[in-house]
Amino acid sequence: MGTSFGRGGATTFLQDLQHADCIVIQGSNMAECHPVGFQWVMEAKARGATVIHVDPRFTRTSALADVHVPIRAGSDIAFLGGIVRYVIEHERYFRDYLVDFTNAATIVREDLLDTEDLDGVFSGLEEGVRTYDPRSWEYEGHHVQASAGAREQPHAAHRGASRSGRAHSYGSGGPPVDPRVHRDETLAHPRCVFQIVKRHFSRYTPEMVEQICGVPEEQFLDVCETLCENSGRDRTSAIAYAVGWTQHNVGVQVIRTAAILQLLLGNIGRPGGGIMALRGHSSIQGSTDIPTLYDLLPGYIPMPHAHHDEDLDAFIEGASADKGYWGEMRSYVVSLLKSWWGDAAHRDNDYCFDYLPRVTGDHSTYPTVMAQLDGTCKGYFIVGENPAVGSANAKMQRLGMASLDWLVVRDFSLIESATWWKDGPEIESGELCTHDIATEVFFFPAAAHTEKNGSFTNTQRLLQWHHAAVEPAGTARSELHFYAHLGRIIKEKLAGSTDEMDRPILDLVWDYPTEGRIAEPSAEAVLREVNGWNADGEPLGSYTELKDDGSTRCGCWIYCGCTANGVNQTARRRPGHVQSWVAPEWGWAWPSNRRILYNRASADREGRPWSARKALVWWDADEGRWRGHDVPDFMATTPPDYVPPQGARAAAALAGDDAFIMQADGKGWLYAPAGLSDGPLPTHYEPQDSPVPNLLYTQQRNPVREMLVHPHNRSHPSGTEPGAEVFPYVLTTFRLTEHHTAGGMSRWQPYLSELQPEMFCEVSPELAGERGLAHGGWATIVTARGAIEARVLVTDRLAPLRCAGRTIHQIALPWHWGPNGTATGDAANELVGISLDPNSHIQGDKAFTGDIRPGRRPRGAGVRDLVEGYIRRAGITEHTGTEVRPRR
Amino acid sequence: MKITRWPVLRQVRGQDHLGRGAAVTSAGSAHLSARTASADRVVQSVCPYCAVGCGQRVYVKGERVVHIEGDPDSPVSRGRLCPKGSASLQLTTGAARRYEVLYRAPHATDWTTMDLDTAMDMVADRVIETRRKTFAWQEDGVRVRRTMGIASLGGATLDNEENYLMKKLYTALGVVQVENQARI
Ligand code: SF4
Repeated sequence: MGTSFGRGGATTFLQDLQHADCIVIQGSNMAECHPVGFQWVMEAKARGATVIHVDPRFTRTSALADVHVPIRAGSDIAFLGGIVRYVIEHERYFRDYLVDFTNAATIVREDLLDTEDLDGVFSGLEEGVRTYDPRSWEYEGHHVQASAGAREQPHAAHRGASRSGRAHSYGSGGPPVDPRVHRDETLAHPRCVFQIVKRHFSRYTPEMVEQICGVPEEQFLDVCETLCENSGRDRTSAIAYAVGWTQHNVGVQVIRTAAILQLLLGNIGRPGGGIMALRGHSSIQGSTDIPTLYDLLPGYIPMPHAHHDEDLDAFIEGASADKGYWGEMRSYVVSLLKSWWGDAAHRDNDYCFDYLPRVTGDHSTYPTVMAQLDGTCKGYFIVGENPAVGSANAKMQRLGMASLDWLVVRDFSLIESATWWKDGPEIESGELCTHDIATEVFFFPAAAHTEKNGSFTNTQRLLQWHHAAVEPAGTARSELHFYAHLGRIIKEKLAGSTDEMDRPILDLVWDYPTEGRIAEPSAEAVLREVNGWNADGEPLGSYTELKDDGSTRCGCWIYCGCTANGVNQTARRRPGHVQSWVAPEWGWAWPSNRRILYNRASADREGRPWSARKALVWWDADEGRWRGHDVPDFMATTPPDYVPPQGARAAAALAGDDAFIMQADGKGWLYAPAGLSDGPLPTHYEPQDSPVPNLLYTQQRNPVREMLVHPHNRSHPSGTEPGAEVFPYVLTTFRLTEHHTAGGMSRWQPYLSELQPEMFCEVSPELAGERGLAHGGWATIVTARGAIEARVLVTDRLAPLRCAGRTIHQIALPWHWGPNGTATGDAANELVGISLDPNSHIQGDKAFTGDIRPGRRPRGAGVRDLVEGYIRRAGITEHTGTEVRPRR
Repeated sequence: MKITRWPVLRQVRGQDHLGRGAAVTSAGSAHLSARTASADRVVQSVCPYCAVGCGQRVYVKGERVVHIEGDPDSPVSRGRLCPKGSASLQLTTGAARRYEVLYRAPHATDWTTMDLDTAMDMVADRVIETRRKTFAWQEDGVRVRRTMGIASLGGATLDNEENYLMKKLYTALGVVQVENQARI
């Protein structure tokens, strides 16, 4: 989303779905996984909208939709790419919107070679290091700033050994681009983005979609036509997705395909349009905005990579943009450094920029597990997460923990990640023995949301404050308490140290007031620091007030304004029924309380709504400002015909029709000239493990997918590779209404456990017949990573599909279970291999392959024997599935 | 019971056609009052499960949470909660919750309990020691100023303010391997 539009968040909000004329839900079972949000889809339907659900399984979402399109898991880019082709070939795009607000007209360099030219890969592929050199993807003449291009890559010394961690941050913020770009507004130039996109998707024909996705041509064409009919000046369509899109090793490109489609149809920034990202945890958006992520600083500022002699100026030079709001990056960074290191940070010491540790590659969770296994990483905090069953390849997670010196687990109950040393599957199998495990384990009981003040940021970027109702009992404490006091104790213990390595801790501003019997830190004080102050100590009202001279402090620039006027805006609770449908006085949304992003695009080039029915914001010439139902996502008084003067930079360089104000060219990106690791356009590759060959190219898998090679992480042969028949079925994972993620907050609750008491698998009657599986009986599911047992649910919900000339059976596995708690069962993550998206470092666990057989799994060492038997039969080695280019 | 007191008859003949009020009271239930009616105070909150962020009202009596229900004022959820949100009373007050710090020494076969201050102090010592042993100023000749000896996982279920303190403290310590569920 960030690469295409400029910000890494849903472009719209749940309530606005009611205004859509068509809603496509794909990669999400919204009715069951976001049930209360789904009421807005039902509102739209009641107003006459058509609801389309594209999903391998028929679920409650499908039951309530007008159309259910069963699809093979892992074929989303082919499906969406087919719609892109349809829209272009039949000239159903919204031409004015496309020309004015997207980069369709921009000319790309001559040396770009597309997947059409290179049989499934782009120019710049460096096979030895499984990386692209993206320079040939840039705009003509005015390439992505040289230092920015270099910044996308780790320092030369680290290439090959590790990957860039930078792309994700650009993905969230929009990478820097020179503003003076060549354009051809007739869209006829053979190297303009529009023509490149057209050519790239030309082979994604309805026949091809049918073969790859298993969706009959006629049904596919119906979807295309419905979407086109419900897009344009007077109608808008929305797309909703969840982890059914992100959890692939091409996940970012799936979302990119949807972004391309929505830009072609003119559906971004408009009421009833947009892309609604449905997130699964209460504050997963918040934990990306204020990132507990290795590659970001608050507000999508990239973590600096290690470079020779890089100071603040060089960092800003490389990472910021000439045009748009990323051009103001220095203000955001300096204000952040000031709020962390206070008076110790000043101009003469680069505002302590040197205190920031540097990244040298991918330090995300799976490489961290590898670092635990090799002894590099010795101490581990697990805070409200349950990787022992909740992360892909659960065995490697546990073995990693068994290699640690110390482990801290903070949770409500004794989750699997706290007790694996005593009762984990490896203890049962004899692979580990409790006596031999040297890891020291601390379990801290956590406080619940009812016992602490604080804000969650929900799926629509809305910060909502929750108030403490009572104090936590016993020694249960909030994470705020744990980290505030841990920081205080560490600072006390290091006081007086003269070691330079301790300076960032000694200088750290860490004086949070505490209150009450348990000395709970004030969450409001932390939120005020996040919002920031000016030189007079007054709370800032907006990120536009931030300065780069050290006179302002702000802990997260996109949250600036959340305590404007000294009021906790996130705690506002003006009832919805006494407000407009936008409900601007309920909580506070970033940025600047805007609810629909890029809403400048809801008006035409002249600033008039595209139609009365779809009016959102517009230019009020009398008042000389933008007005509307929502807060305009634009400079309030910049007229629609404004042309910036020569030499203008940053926000001042945005023209009156640059609706995407974070983008360095002000445009929505059909084509990404920078910022992505695996190509400027989405391309269909088969999942890491797939039963079918890639019908579009000889390139089977994403060439630059991230692979972790380890004896416990073997891949399966795919398509026509010998041994693929040993794992003939597609496996996919899913969630239930009654459980939450890896179960830490639901498997211990009697109500929820009673509603969904045990692990099961969904199979079709045809597959049950083929494998002798009995409804209600047991089945064992096997991959090269592990074997689990599950109750069999034989159901028509999972119909076999015809793909690539054969019948494909899919098996669906809920992934909530583990051995602890009230409702127990094997964890689906025992089966999942680790193969990562090179942009987001997210694992592909929504589509892989496996085998299923009747009966329970063996006990003890028998599981390992079973799995090893499969590995031998399939001829799997450490090289299986690791190629960059297929052998020819 | 007289036939005219049968709930189904009262539902059909009386005002309460949906059978949600007067029609379904009995001599027993007439004396019951809702936990919400006798609460000392009501606190506005947000469901801690998924990112829809449904509004919750938390009812407190005698310094204990006695009931949690949907907040009809929320423009996002309009008073509704799904089964998980509805079960958050059990999540927050149920028997599965732990209230003691537990410690497992290296090679030990079971937990022992520990007081909070001791445990915090021990964790601080381990952070300091591991950091000191694994701190690197350079990697391959380039300045990194960090430790790869410590990692952290989690954050998506926590408050923004908590994530903020985590990122701030870890960064000052030079810990870069900080991750959460956003990639899971
Ligand atoms: S009540 Fe259900 S839908 Fe609402 S936030 Fe909680 S888990 Fe999500």
